[in-house]
Parts: sequence; C-alpha cells; structure tokens
Amino acid sequence: MHPPLNSLPARQAALRRSDWPFLAGLGIIGILYLGLILALLVADASFTSPAHLWAALRSPEIRFAIKLSFLSSSLTMILALGAAVPIGYLMSRRDFFGKSLLDAVLDIPIVLPPMVIGLSLLILFQTRMGRAIESVVPVTYEVPSVILAQFMVACAFAVRTMRATFDQISPRREQVALTLGCRRSQAFWLVVLPEAKRGILTAATLAWARSLGEFGPVLVFSGATRMRTEVLPTSIFLELSVGNLEAAVAVSLLMVGTALMVLGLIHLFGFDPSLKQIR
Amino acid sequence: MIALENLSVRVGSFSLENISLEIPTGEHAFLMGKTGSGKTTLLEAICGLKQITSGRVFLMGQEVTRLKPALRGIGFVPQDGALFSTMTVREQLAFALAIRKWNRADMQSRVKELAAWLGLEPLLNRKPNGLSGGEIQRVALGRALAFRPDVLCLDEPLSALDEDTRIEMGNLLQTVREHTAVTILHISHNLSEARRHSDRIFRLKDGKIRMEHVRETRVAEV
Repeated sequence: MHPPLNSLPARQAALRRSDWPFLAGLGIIGILYLGLILALLVADASFTSPAHLWAALRSPEIRFAIKLSFLSSSLTMILALGAAVPIGYLMSRRDFFGKSLLDAVLDIPIVLPPMVIGLSLLILFQTRMGRAIESVVPVTYEVPSVILAQFMVACAFAVRTMRATFDQISPRREQVALTLGCRRSQAFWLVVLPEAKRGILTAATLAWARSLGEFGPVLVFSGATRMRTEVLPTSIFLELSVGNLEAAVAVSLLMVGTALMVLGLIHLFGFDPSLKQIR
Repeated sequence: MIALENLSVRVGSFSLENISLEIPTGEHAFLMGKTGSGKTTLLEAICGLKQITSGRVFLMGQEVTRLKPALRGIGFVPQDGALFSTMTVREQLAFALAIRKWNRADMQSRVKELAAWLGLEPLLNRKPNGLSGGEIQRVALGRALAFRPDVLCLDEPLSALDEDTRIEMGNLLQTVREHTAVTILHISHNLSEARRHSDRIFRLKDGKIRMEHVRETRVAEV
C-alpha cells in the first residue's frame, strides 16, 4: 500500500526533488558569468607578452600617464572623502525639508552618462563664473580638469558608501557620548568616526578605483593631450586609435592588476555586505 | 531629584502630554508601561536627547529643560548598552573623565575603583566584541557612573539578561544605591523586579502617567 501523499517521507522527497533544478539553474548562470569574466582576463593576458608589457612601461608617454593617473586618483580620493564624510553623516543623521530631493540630486553623477558629465563641466567653465576661475587657475584641458572630472563621479560613490556606513552605526552611541559630556563634534570625532573606519577605507578605495578608470568625462573635459592630460584610460584610447593593440592591452593589464589589488584591499577592510549594493 | 512639570514631547505622530512626576533624591523609581507607550521617549526627553514641546525638567532642584545633554549630568544606560565598539573597557570607563579633562592619576584610580566595584578587572583591556550580556551592562553602568552623576537613567538594562545575571545586576544596582546618593529612573517590564527594588513605580499608559506604588518605609520617612 502506498503511503498517503502528504506523509512526512513523501513530502521530504518532494521538497528535495523540487530544490535541485532551481539550485542547478542558479549555479549554471553563475558559472557562465564567472567564466566570461575569467575568459576576459585570460584573453588579455594571452594576447600580450612580458616584452610588450615592458616596452609599454618604458614608453615616456605611458609612464607619464601612470604617474598622472596615480597622483590624480589619490588627490581625488582625498577630496572625495573630504566631501563624502560630512555629506554622508548629514544625510544619515539629520531630517530636513527637501532631504529626499537632495538624496536624488546626489545620485545624478552616478546615473548621468559619463560623456554628459564631461560636457557639462566643459560648459560650466565657459560661463562667467567658470571663466573667472580659469583666469586664476587654468582648469579646462589642464591637470585640474582631470581631477575635477574624476571627482564628480568618485565623490558620488563615496557619499553613498559613507551614508550606508553611518546608517549602520547606531545613533545610540552618539547619544550616550552626549550624555557623558561630549559636544556633538566631540561625539563625532571620538565615537562615530573611529567606528566608521572600515567604511571610510572602503569609500576611499572605491573613490580611488573609480577615478583611475574614469574616461568619458576626462576625455571631454581634459582632452587627450600626450604628456599633459593623458591618464591610463586615455592611453588605451590613444594606442587603440593608432592601431597599437599590444600597447593598449599592456596598459589594460596594468589596470587589471591594479583593479585586482583594489578588490583585495576592499575585502581586507571587511567590506560590509550591505555596501555591496553600491555599484 | 528628578521632577517633570507638565512635560509634553512629540515624536512624529506620537505624543506624550502634560507628564508630571517627582522622584526624591536617592530614590529608585521604576517606569513601566507597554511597548510603544513612550517610556524611552520620556527617558530621552529627561536626558535632553528628545526635543520638548512644552513643560519643564528639573534635576536636583535646577531647571535643565533647555540644557544640552552634556550639561545635565545624567548617567544614561541604554537597553543594549551601546558600548563604543572601538574602545577597550578601560577606555569606556574613562571616557566621561577624559572629556572632563581629569588628570591621568585621578582617572586611573577612578577606573580601578569602578572596575573593582563592578567586577570588571579581568576585562579592562577587552573590547566589547565578545563580552556577555551581563558584562556589557556592567561596563555601560560603570561608564555612566564614572563621572559621579546625580541622576541615573536606565532603559531596560536587565531585559536581555538570563535570570542569574538579572539577579546579579539587580543586586549591583542595590549596591550602587548604598554607595551613592544617585537618583535612579529605571524602565522595566518586570513587575516583581520593580516591587523588589523600587521606592516608587510609575506607569505610562495612553500618554498619561500614574504613580502606582510607593515603598512604605520611604513614605514613613517623608
């Protein structure tokens, strides 16, 4: 005699059967995507040789681009943190009129097409205010334009990260600090900021990595002048445009290596899972 | 002494209206009421952490209604302890003293005294991560008592503890009262605990406060 269909063993068997196709589907999609990512890296690596890589690294133009890329990204990272920590804290802790509108405005650099950011910066510096700034510090098509173009996008990501970081730190601890004798600023420096250390390191790393890879706004706002405003993505573009695929791949590999290092650093900082929603 | 005079607090659509109470110096008062009745809001208003819409707050005879939390001199122990996660137990105990710029020797001796009193000596160099519920509450209590406040506000400090630790903490609070003249306002859900330790019990219901019980010996003293 068959056991009734709703008996425990029958239900257990049915549950086991129904989970497998679902899990297998997830696994297959995951493996395909992972395979695609790894295939990209392997293709890059197999396309070039150490000799090509070495030749690219010895080229004065590319050396300049490496130097400018690393310097501008580092400066942008510092500027982005300087803006993101106070803005993220304000957005996390205070409620005020128009907050949701401000929240949407802060995301504009993330959703705008990169070229549009570059074009908007170019137009901004053609206005009366922009020209006044240019008369003191030349910006457009100069190094400051590289930093400003990188900052526009990197800062938006840093603000998102810092806001998520402060959202996770219970305001209770600040309140306790206030009752223990702190001013608001003391509670921020002594209690909140040390607790936000990992978030700050993550925001810094993200800002630096975004700046290093920024191309669209830099191309439009800074141009692609060799030995002047050339950063690593510009090098790839310039080498490709003259058909020098080997040099373009060599620079790409350099950037891949840097990206992997950044990824390692982010994980080392204990990158908070809830921050993973941030692109 | 804690005294509230027609205190009103509004948080979003929730409000407490015309709350008045008085707790004489050195007494241990319990504040009871259902979840969401506004007990924590009232405690936060006393501590200066919630904006008051009207009414007045007096601590030790002085009006503090518009004073910042830092100037009220209240030791506040929140429900989860809210320990500072980057600081050692020693640093937490010394926090209020460092803010008040105590000299190093005085700070060390006060920390030592608190640690001995609360049984925190073996934990002084530990960070909060990994401390048990009872240990967290003892550190939070020590941190709040460090600067010798006149008033202690406790927000359900015993609610998450097991029975033994609860009794131990209850006894510790009793010791605190014996050693200091601190006035305690204590939020709790536990009536038997309130009956055992309190001098008076207030109940918050539908935005109104009612005194339910006054310890007879205290009444006799008055």
